[in-house]
Amino acid sequence: MTAEGIGARVLRKEDKRFLTGNGRYTDDMTMPRMGHAAFVRSTHAHARITSINTDDAMKMPGVDAVLNGHQLVADGIGNIICGWMIHSKDGSPMNMGAYRALESEIVRYVGQAIAIVIADTQQQARDAADAVIVEYEELPVVVDSLDALKEGAPQLHPEAAGNLIYDWEIGEEAATNEAFANAAHITTMDIDNNRLVPNPMEPRAALAHFDPAEEHYTLYTTSQNPHVARLVLSAFYNVAPENKLRVIAPDVGGGFGSKIFIYPEEIACLWATKRVGRPVKWTSDRTEAFLTDAHGRDHHTTAELALDANNKITGFRVKTVANLGAYMSLFSSSVPTYLYATLLSGQYNIPHIYANVKAVYTNTTPVDAYRGAGRPEATYVVERMMETVAKEVGMSPAEFRRINFIRQFPHQTPVIMAYDAGDYEASLDAAMKIIDYDGFAQRRAQSEAAGKLRGIGMSCYIEACGIAPSQAVGSLGAGVGLWESAEVRVNAVGTIEVLTGSHSHGQGHETTFAQLVSDRLGLPTESISIVHGDTDKVQMGMGTYGSRSGAVGMSAIAKALDKVEAKAKKIAAHLMEAAEGDIEIEGGELKVAGTDKKLTFTEVALAAYTAHNLPEGMEPGLKEGAFYDPTNFTFPAGCYICEVEIDPDTGVVSIENFVAADDFGTIINPMIVEGQVHGGLVQGIGQAMLENTQYDEEGQLLTASYMDYTMPRADNVPSFKLETTVTECPGNPLGMKGCGEAGAIGSPPAVINAVTDALGIRDMNMPASPNRVWQLIQDNGIKQAAE
Amino acid sequence: MTTVSMTVNGKQISGEVEDRTLLSTFLRENQGLTGTHIGCDTSQCGACLVHMDGKAVKSCSMLAVQASGSAVTTIEGISQNGQLHIMQKAFKENHGLQCGFCTPGMIMSAIDMINRLGTDLDEKTIRHELEGNICRCTGYHNIVKAIKAAADEMAEVLEAAE
Repeated sequence: MTAEGIGARVLRKEDKRFLTGNGRYTDDMTMPRMGHAAFVRSTHAHARITSINTDDAMKMPGVDAVLNGHQLVADGIGNIICGWMIHSKDGSPMNMGAYRALESEIVRYVGQAIAIVIADTQQQARDAADAVIVEYEELPVVVDSLDALKEGAPQLHPEAAGNLIYDWEIGEEAATNEAFANAAHITTMDIDNNRLVPNPMEPRAALAHFDPAEEHYTLYTTSQNPHVARLVLSAFYNVAPENKLRVIAPDVGGGFGSKIFIYPEEIACLWATKRVGRPVKWTSDRTEAFLTDAHGRDHHTTAELALDANNKITGFRVKTVANLGAYMSLFSSSVPTYLYATLLSGQYNIPHIYANVKAVYTNTTPVDAYRGAGRPEATYVVERMMETVAKEVGMSPAEFRRINFIRQFPHQTPVIMAYDAGDYEASLDAAMKIIDYDGFAQRRAQSEAAGKLRGIGMSCYIEACGIAPSQAVGSLGAGVGLWESAEVRVNAVGTIEVLTGSHSHGQGHETTFAQLVSDRLGLPTESISIVHGDTDKVQMGMGTYGSRSGAVGMSAIAKALDKVEAKAKKIAAHLMEAAEGDIEIEGGELKVAGTDKKLTFTEVALAAYTAHNLPEGMEPGLKEGAFYDPTNFTFPAGCYICEVEIDPDTGVVSIENFVAADDFGTIINPMIVEGQVHGGLVQGIGQAMLENTQYDEEGQLLTASYMDYTMPRADNVPSFKLETTVTECPGNPLGMKGCGEAGAIGSPPAVINAVTDALGIRDMNMPASPNRVWQLIQDNGIKQAAE
Repeated sequence: MTTVSMTVNGKQISGEVEDRTLLSTFLRENQGLTGTHIGCDTSQCGACLVHMDGKAVKSCSMLAVQASGSAVTTIEGISQNGQLHIMQKAFKENHGLQCGFCTPGMIMSAIDMINRLGTDLDEKTIRHELEGNICRCTGYHNIVKAIKAAADEMAEVLEAAE
């Protein structure tokens, strides 16, 4: 390893531009003659459009055009699709309603795009959008997924009778039922997972440009996966063939899943730029982001756990209703199925699992992947159950988990996943030691003496990352393969560019990817540049989500490096008249083992490009590419423990202590990994304590700005104590598992387990806001007990 | 349209704006200073925070004409001679940024915090004072650490100067 290699806390190469205001985000881009777009959006959650009057808007200063869905459809722009086919348990394909980038007949959620206005300035465009008069005939509205399934509920799509998108199952129902029939103890819980709005700090934006001479489009966009965007825009939305569409995702200010999907606005801007003959830029404001960025979570679940007389788990039965909103977003169907129910085994040996998931349409914003995507929902169900069941059977939550842990690997669960490696007791032990679990009783007594309620809760999470083996996901309905590509270009003087299909929007790839190259070749990271986010530079890639950029993206780079090293060794052996097998690469040099003969990497690179003296038949140059397709998911796991104190007079919950012990396999840069964990933890704590998306019964979003939706702020959360334990992932060349989502997956149940412990109650919904906690204290007569 | 004149990062500038133009829009679009970001439109997130006459203001919540005649400092104006400001350096050394979008506002807010309260800052104070800045990536842990480290370094610099 070099000083900047794998495992080193290298400071980030990308920081300087962000620290000095030189980051380049989509909204920072400008072009000559650029017009600004604003969207006319539905003010109703469900209504038939009877007329769209643009007369006043067209007369306003600076207004160039107002375009609507009839024109969009006439120009052959295709409907927005969901790219993962799910079949119901009766074998029928999912029921997907038509979703147009601009809707001109029936709108199905507040904020749905109806028309695009293009004007000289952003303010002119927004003013004109306000002046477009849309007449509606209101239709009945349904907001909650359970209500949507009831007989007589308002119907959203003719394609989906009863608002049912699919009725899917996994596991063996009969065997699971038998486990329940023979159980010594059964615990049943109703568990909701609250709807969240992702809220990356940079709002979505798009800048589209059409070159009529070349019939060529360029799109700058806030995307986590520009190549997937190009593929979908070309193949399904008929915007332009791939060779006539360049998609660039420059600096992107956070994504958390919400910037995976291809949204109506990008399609409309690309379509409009050709029609109006000038570049078109749209930037979302924050309320538009709340209304139109794909939301996350929103599950209603009933879960039952069966135990034998020794408190070993014998069966797990789960019924979930998932709210997918008014339309199916790009990967929405996979989130409550293959990304959710396949993780219901948790860290535990559970012989029989059966899950049934119904996905439904409602008059709300579409729901899709948000940090963790299905895995937080699974972990919340599993870990709320484990803590509750342990208490019901009179065991400590830790001991109950210990007797049920999986201890032998590989382990095949009843729900598809084959865990490859792990040591769940190691992370449990580490977390309990750091938080001084044994000293909790004393700390609780101190809190009680001060009139406060204290509680402790744990969560032993597992997730599936490194998404994903292409053949496996293909067989489960995915429309794409989930490999990654890389190209290592060695320049003639020995500096290196690495082109990757991964996309960094805060994860620090420019640093960690360079560390891998530095580790392998012994070169300083300053001589290694990472190129990403541009379909004209990087040939193809699947982007960044599902904690895949290390385990999949870096594995592709490692494969390309294997090829670069092999060729460099051949050249060095030829030049030094040595056997190829005797060449070692170390410290930026190629050495003949056991001698003092050596060449610098620069000398070998130069020889490759001068081509004056290469082995016979060898092509000049030193540039290699690779595609890496994972053989399995990776399985990061860990234990989080949260300790809270509650003021019974106000209901305010304060996190006094939070410990995270994670097993991410090999870690490239501990500083960056810790940062990922911190951020994930606060998103999970935000869900558990602060954030909640609320609609009224007419489908109006009540939480549509930072004045109404409670984002975690610095004084809502503590500093964290982190630890890592390591079992290497056997499935990829670097032994990496992924760390991007763990915090958001593992933390919500730890918080709620701590809050319910403090209150001495069994059930409660997230978030544990002061209002809700105070009400629980009143309803359960808890305040008196504390006094 | 109205003419506004002000000093931005030490340079005297003027421009023609619609009366309703926000200071953030003026800085970004008229002056091309895109380091000042717009994250929420409701004065909550602090991504647009700049200094006006030495005090922190949220530039998305005031008009450009209100800033006329004042001295404005943006994120682009705080490093000297290519050297990062102590606060910028501390954010880098403590990994106090990820996607970078909230970072300019965070740094301007942190500098203002020390200007107002001095360098003797504890964690609780720093967290409380950051109430007007939202970050979705870092979980604040390393931002708090960075501000504390910068405050300590500034205290040393001040002590050495005395």
